[in-house]
Amino acid sequence: MHGSHGDLDLSIENVAKIEGHTNLDIVVRGGQVMDVKLKISENKRFYTQAIRGKPFASMPQLVSRICGTCSIAHLTCCIEAVENALHFDPSPQTTLLRRLALAGLMIRDHALHLYFFSLPDVLGIDSVLELADSNPALVKTAFEVKAAGNALSTLVSGRAIHGTIQMVGGFANVPTREQSAAVLAKLKAVRPAVLDLIKVYAEWPETFLSESNYVALVTQNYDFLEGEIMDSRGVCVPEKHFWNHLNRVIIPYSNATGFQFEGQPYKVGALARMNLNRGKLHRDTRASASDSLKLFPSKNVFHNNLAQAIEVLHCLDSAVEILESTDFRKEPVPRLAPRAGEGIGVIEAPRGILYYLLELDKAGNVVWGNLVIPSAQNQINMERDIGDFLPKLLGQPKEEIAYALEKLIRAYDPCMSCATHFLKVNWL
Amino acid sequence: MAAPKKLRVGIFSFTGDEGCVITLLEALNYKFFEWKDKIDIVYARTLRSKNDASNLDLAFVEGAISAPAEEAKLREIRANSKVVVAIGTCAINGLPSAQRNNFPDGLKKEIQPLVQKLGQFERMKAPTEVVKVDEQVPGCPMLETGFVQVVEKYIAQMEVG
Ligand code: SF4
Repeated sequence: MHGSHGDLDLSIENVAKIEGHTNLDIVVRGGQVMDVKLKISENKRFYTQAIRGKPFASMPQLVSRICGTCSIAHLTCCIEAVENALHFDPSPQTTLLRRLALAGLMIRDHALHLYFFSLPDVLGIDSVLELADSNPALVKTAFEVKAAGNALSTLVSGRAIHGTIQMVGGFANVPTREQSAAVLAKLKAVRPAVLDLIKVYAEWPETFLSESNYVALVTQNYDFLEGEIMDSRGVCVPEKHFWNHLNRVIIPYSNATGFQFEGQPYKVGALARMNLNRGKLHRDTRASASDSLKLFPSKNVFHNNLAQAIEVLHCLDSAVEILESTDFRKEPVPRLAPRAGEGIGVIEAPRGILYYLLELDKAGNVVWGNLVIPSAQNQINMERDIGDFLPKLLGQPKEEIAYALEKLIRAYDPCMSCATHFLKVNWL
Repeated sequence: MAAPKKLRVGIFSFTGDEGCVITLLEALNYKFFEWKDKIDIVYARTLRSKNDASNLDLAFVEGAISAPAEEAKLREIRANSKVVVAIGTCAINGLPSAQRNNFPDGLKKEIQPLVQKLGQFERMKAPTEVVKVDEQVPGCPMLETGFVQVVEKYIAQMEVG
């Protein structure tokens, strides 16, 4: 068999249970890993070009369509960039609503990943749907946690996918007391299930230690919105200078561009945030997840799942606190006067730092835009991790190696829809 | 007695942002248990690794068609499915994912080398232009209620006859 000869040619077509399309090609000769190619194969939709010439007010709805699952992140980041370009500061209530919108997004998106993409790897099954008869309680829980996030997003953004209420300047509508109460009940009801989920991922023995530089937006109350970009070594960069610390790396076989931070591969996402910012989690989360939090800082790639599970709890706790203590009042959305200039938005999307630079002309139309997407930033690091993980697997049957690598890729929670749609054309 | 019949359902993503499939999964939050003895999701790469796209009763198709491989796959789905449902505007008229079709000439020229290099069609197509589509669920993302209605219509048909 190939394993005993130390030779292996492996092609995984279209990795399942992730967002979007990607292939992986591997060549091993004489026990040496010769080649690892992660090929992001999503077709392009040319958003970088599509935004040019469009009025700033139409931007949020346009960029929302870059990614279905994390559309709220694109909306929010784009709005921040436009508001910065127009020298506008949102009201405190607007900021609070944006925090809630991101919390709803994190709960729904992480729940989809944790229950539907990664949990089958923990349980050694192909799909959670297989458990409909043998463990209906688990399947029910999975849908309920996801639904609670959806309810929060719907409350604040109008709907979970391509929400219409969030605009440049503010929110077209605000939750009423009654609406908030209904969502509060749903959020509180799923808290015990989320604690169970954290336990499952804390106890999952799957381990691969990776020496990575973690980079995240470190925020005051772990709100994904405002702060400074930091890395594991203590480098600290203000949001607006992030781009100056990046290198764009052309990966000829991938439809997405890769990035380096300070000349090195790096990793963004829940594990990076947890490693760098866990002291700022909600106090109730810190109390309830104290045992699991002891596992951080962690180099275990699979702990990205655990970090996501803890973030689900944090988002629940933060949202409950905000909803219980706030009476939202309808504020008119200001009509912002156009002016020429550049604006930058940086937030934490579910999969890591999202960066928008938009330049507007004096009529308020977009001249050009530059977007840095989480899964593109992780690409080089993910490929390197696959190459480092592989020698530990050699000798096993091919299917097992493929399965182990897919698990690793899923732990990264890549989103290929996002990764491919900002590419510059002059890359040849 | 024969085993109770279930509708064989497939979920397919072409060039889009997967927002319609995510919406479909949101509908399952409250419909899954009601439907679980009536539908069998046999193809859905977001939910499983082992997929089977043969003999489908209902095929849900999301996204626009940007390359020959996608077109071939869509034709195969059509040949293997009783009912093909276009979900979302990308699958119905191509937009927003096919927006490059409407780019002004300058922009079209700019992206041309990349379109060619990636082997994408000069002009993106909507699935409805490529194959006969039996049902459409409009919206971007697709209307959740519209999707539920389509599934329930075919469940009802199956149960009648
Ligand atoms: S119709 Fe809208 S939500 Fe659906 S795939 Fe296209 S862009 Fe995404």
